[in-house]
This record gives sequence, structure tokens and C-alpha cells, in this order.
Amino acid sequence: MNFSLFLLAVFDGIAYAALVFMVALGLTLIFGVLRILNVAHGSLYAIGAYVTASVGAAIFAAGFAPFLAFPLMLIAAALIGVVLGGPIEYLLLRRIYHRPEVLQLLVTFAVFMILEDVQRQIWGTQPYFEATALQLLGNVQVLGVYYTVYQLIFLPLVALTVLIGLRLFLRRALAGKLIMAVTEDREAAQAIGINADRVFFLTFVVGAALAALGGALASPTTSVLPGIGADMIVLSFAVVATAGLGQIEGAAVAALLIGLGRSFAVYLMPELQVLVPYLIMLSVLLIRPEGLFGRPGARKI
Amino acid sequence: MRRQLLMAAALALLPATAIAQDKPDSLNIGIATFLTGPASVFGVPARDAAEIIVERINDEGGLDGVPISLTYIDEGAGGESMMAEYRRLAEDQGVEIFFAAVSSGSCGAIAPVAEDLEVLNILWDCGTQRIFEENDYKYVYRTQANATPEMLGALLYLLKTTPDFSTIAVVNQDYAWGRDSWDIFSTALKAMKPDVEVVGEFFPAFGAPDFSTEISRLQALRPDVILSTSWGGDLDTFVRQAAQRGLMNSTTFLLPLGESSLERLGSALPQGVLIGARGDHYFMHPERRDDPEFQEFVETFHERTGAYPIYPAFHMYQAFEAFLAAHSKAIEAGGGEWPSKDQLVEAMEGLTFQGLGRELTIREDNQAIEAQLFGTTVMTDEHPFAVLENMMIFDGEDMTTPVGEESIEWVGSLTPDYVDQVDVATYDR
Repeated sequence: MNFSLFLLAVFDGIAYAALVFMVALGLTLIFGVLRILNVAHGSLYAIGAYVTASVGAAIFAAGFAPFLAFPLMLIAAALIGVVLGGPIEYLLLRRIYHRPEVLQLLVTFAVFMILEDVQRQIWGTQPYFEATALQLLGNVQVLGVYYTVYQLIFLPLVALTVLIGLRLFLRRALAGKLIMAVTEDREAAQAIGINADRVFFLTFVVGAALAALGGALASPTTSVLPGIGADMIVLSFAVVATAGLGQIEGAAVAALLIGLGRSFAVYLMPELQVLVPYLIMLSVLLIRPEGLFGRPGARKI
Repeated sequence: MRRQLLMAAALALLPATAIAQDKPDSLNIGIATFLTGPASVFGVPARDAAEIIVERINDEGGLDGVPISLTYIDEGAGGESMMAEYRRLAEDQGVEIFFAAVSSGSCGAIAPVAEDLEVLNILWDCGTQRIFEENDYKYVYRTQANATPEMLGALLYLLKTTPDFSTIAVVNQDYAWGRDSWDIFSTALKAMKPDVEVVGEFFPAFGAPDFSTEISRLQALRPDVILSTSWGGDLDTFVRQAAQRGLMNSTTFLLPLGESSLERLGSALPQGVLIGARGDHYFMHPERRDDPEFQEFVETFHERTGAYPIYPAFHMYQAFEAFLAAHSKAIEAGGGEWPSKDQLVEAMEGLTFQGLGRELTIREDNQAIEAQLFGTTVMTDEHPFAVLENMMIFDGEDMTTPVGEESIEWVGSLTPDYVDQVDVATYDR
């Protein structure tokens, strides 16, 4: 493998990691605060992709300007976070925070199954494809290979912005500090007057919106069709578990690890590419069962 | 329990010859297809086709006056639940005729069970060549080709249209079909054009949402030909990403299942891509498109679903035509009486029937001989998506593994002059 191939593999790895990170971020944020592993996260991802692709197709067909594809993604994500994420937390999860993990998993899995059927009812079974955002940014040639600007530059930039933004929010903003406090010790936080219910609600809505944003960002690069939610939840769970549940910066590192591992596998041993994310997860968990950045003794699933 | 045993014993004493039955009030056919999951891109159009066909039959008064009803089994629900439903239909509901299934995995599981339950099972869409090569069945028939002629046809079309290539890479889905189809294709390629070098073999996960890394790697490798037997969303994504990044300008793409994505891909699929259809299936079939039966089906399907029929819809049509042909053959043989299940099964042997492609014959190993259609994409003013030109229809007879032989061994024994031995008809547009 010469140096230029090495660089190509790095580029591919980063582009892939950016997308996986966006989805894993919401999952790990929700787990960190609510201590619930939200399987329905995969559905929110899929619905984000479906809404962006179908609304995008409709408005571009009606002659609206192509650059609207970008604000559309944000709007779709925020809308799904509030309209779907809100009721899921308020009506369902709120009742099961003190129940056994198995029950929590079953409930979010049930929500996942219901939402899968809802998607099929609304969008049918044929794939959707809406790539205006990706085409708008065009291609860039690196080392004789064409990349899309969207995947090589835009997605990693968005991922980085979200990561830094979320970090600043949690450390500096009041709402962020409240979230951190509830995460650290829920009872103590409540004792000093923090409304934990509201913090949980907010966190879940933000996490759900992040999942939907991941789907929205992925939609120009891929076919949106039944089953994408299930695939994504498995992969992002591998990222979250590798990082340590609830670790936000850790998720970024783990996503990069898995993205790079996967792209180097494609270059060196294509046979291994499907396996690589899970091999990485397995070897990390064998040595550090709490994940790369997890704290020992934290509650595990 | 004892009574059932006595009944069974009493039944066993009856003469074993097939006895004609009274006409039933209605005839229920069980259809296993994908109604959920990624493969529903095939399963749902096939269900739509089945509905159209059965409505037409029932509007005309049913099958000899007997109305047909359909019960679906969702392959997308998973193997266990599919098999439970299959057994329930056969054992509790008395369904004796099944069309199953899309996935080769489903077919592999269903075939021995159908044999066990003694119900007629038509393998209406699955491609694995192994079913009849590794087992003998009495109750299981296939009304379309299998992977071997489908892959051989693709290779023949490539060799005829692009004879001067020296490197090839493959991007197939990482599951049975992706692996098996490449086994057949690469073995045949090695036998018929030994100097070609395979420069890359990629098997991305089934349902992979992104092929960017493979596409970067392929751009660096610059193969003359890229083969992909992928389908559905995987194929659409791969084609769009490859086209977007200019890979399709410099390389010949061969997509043996591309027919099922033509309309969906729209203008994203460039010109000059080699396309197959798992049989001679095409909504503008050059030999059938002027036929009123063909036109009526294509129009009804388009009206009903908003899309042109793709090969699974045509495969479903063939399954029905095979069943109807067997039914009338059995009635004739039985002197006008409504045929029993066994008479129907007998009639399937050596049956000749025709769907919306060329005529098919069922061989002694229960495998049908089906022609294979290939073409090259071209944009026209008539449709907002690529259609086919320079079409070739290869005769299935010479491309189907001879009875009793094993496919990989057989295609490995082919020689370079095999290209000119297969009967082919050519059509410009």
C-alpha cells in the first residue's frame, strides 16, 4: 500500500465516520442522561432520512431553489425531535425509568417496530433518493480520485461543529450544566431544585433530533428504504459500546476508529470490511469492558 | 389421536393412484413474498402482479368457475415465522398450492417442507441453482431460470459487446446470492476468457448505505469492467454514487439485475451500461410488446402501481401461467374432472407454458428453461429513464446446466468458443 492509497483510505474513513458519529452521538447522549438504550433511535434516523428525501423531492419538483436542501435537513431534524421524540419520552419512557433494563429495552424496541410499520404505511417499500444537496456541492479531485465535497468536507465539518457545539453547550450553557448535574447524580440534583423531568425531556428531544439529523444528512448519499434504521442502530451501538456508554467525545474517537478500520479493510482485505467494526468493538471490550472512555462501575446493560 | 391413526391407516389402504376430486368452492393459493424489508422492492411489485392476474381470472368467472383467493406469507418476517405460517396454511387451512419464494434462503427452507407436506410448491423467483442439483423433489418446481443461465447470459453479453477487456472487478452484496453469482460468473469467465485478471473483489454488507470507499478504491484500480449483481436500494445507491463520482464514464458496468432499477434510477443511470433482467423480462420485450395480452398487463400494472412491471412481476405472471397450464393439462388428462393435487403435480412434469416472455419448458429435474434478455442503456425522448438498446435474447437451453451435473463444474468446463454456440436473437431497440 503506497502513500497515496493510504491517504485515500484515510479520507474514506473520515467521511464514513462523520455520518456514523452523528447518529451515535444522539444515542450516547440519551444513554448518558436517561440511562436508557433507545432502540427506537434507528427509526428516528430513518424517518429523518425519509422526511428529508420526500419533502426535498417534492419542493425541488415544484421549482424551489436547490440550496433549500440544507435548511430542510435542520427543519426536518428539529421537527422530528419535537413531534416524535417529545411524545415518546413524555408518554412512554417517563413511566419506565425505574424499571429493569430489560423492560426498557423491550419498550424502545416495541416503539422501533411500530415506527418501522408507520414508515412503510407512509412511504411504501420502494427506495427514495434525493441528492440535490450532494450535487450542489459538486466533486473535488484528490490524488486522481473524485470525491464528493459533501462527503469529504461537508459531513466531517458538520460532525466537528456538532461535537464542539455540544461540548460547549454542556460545559458553558445553563441548560447544559443542568443536564450534566442530573447525569452526575439525579437525586442530589433534584434536591437542589433542578427539574429532572424537564432535563430528561429536553435531552431526549435533542437526542432524537440528532438521530433525525443523521438521517437527513445521510439521505443525499444513499437510498432511503425500509430497514435502514435497523442497520444504523446496530452500527451506532457498536460505536457507543466501543466508546463507553454515555461518552460523547469517546463516540467521536470510536467512530473514527471504526470508520478508518473499515476503509483500510476495503483497501487491504475487502473480505473483512463487514466484520471490522465488530472486531474493533470486541477487542476493545475484551480489554476494557466499560469501553475506551467508560468509567468502571457504571451501570451496564 | 388413536382415531387419527386409524384414519391414516384407512387412507393408506386406499389405492395410491391419483383420484379426481369434486370441484371446490374456492381455490386458495399461498404466496410467499417479501412484503417488508429491503427485498420488498421485488416482493411488492410481484404481489401487485398476482392481484392483477387473480382479479382478471375471477372477473372471467374464476378457474373453471372456481374463484381464486390468495393468502400471503411475508418472507420479510424471518425464516421461522415464514415457515410457521407456511405450515399453518398447509395443515390447518388445507392450502395445497404455494408459490414460494423470492429469497434463495426461503426456497431452501421451504422445498423440503413442501415435499414433506406433499403440497405443490412453485419456486417462482428464487435463483439458487443448488435446489435441484443437490436434491430430487416431486412436489417442487421452478418456473423460471436459475443463477447459472442468468450469470452465463450476462457473461455472454459482455463478451459479445465488449470483447476487448482485460481487467474486471466485482462489487456484490455479502450474502448467498452475491457470493454464488460471482462464483458462477468468475468460474465461467476463467474458462471462456482465461487471460482476464480479476483486480478487485468487494462484498459490502447487504443493505450497505454507502459505497464511497469501494468507489475510491475502484477509481484507483481502474478496471475495464465492473460487475455487480446487487439489486434494490443497494444497487441504486451504488450506481448513483459511482455515477456522481465519474466512475461510470471510464468503466463498463455490467448489472445483471439492473432491469429492476431502470425506472427508479431515472436519469442517474448513464448510457452504455449493460443490463440484465433474470430472464427475458422487459416491459418493452422486443418479441412480445405488440401482443395484446402483454400490453394489457403492462398498462394495467402501470395504472395500478404508477410504475412499469419489473422482472419479479413477470416471474409471478409465469408462475400463474405454469399453474393454469398444468391445471388445464390435468383436466384434459383426467377427462374433464377437477384435478386432484397429485394429478396437478403430474401435469407439471415436462409442462410447456408461456408468461410474458418466450415459451418455457419444465425439465425432468423440475427446472424450467428460460431465455435471458440483456441490453445496453440509452436515453430516449419517450421515457424519463434509461431504456435498452442493442438487446440480445439468449436461448436458455444451452445455458442451463445439464440435468445431473453440478453448475460450477459444468461452467468451468466451458471453452472460449462457447460464446458462439449459444443461440441468440439481436434487436436494436
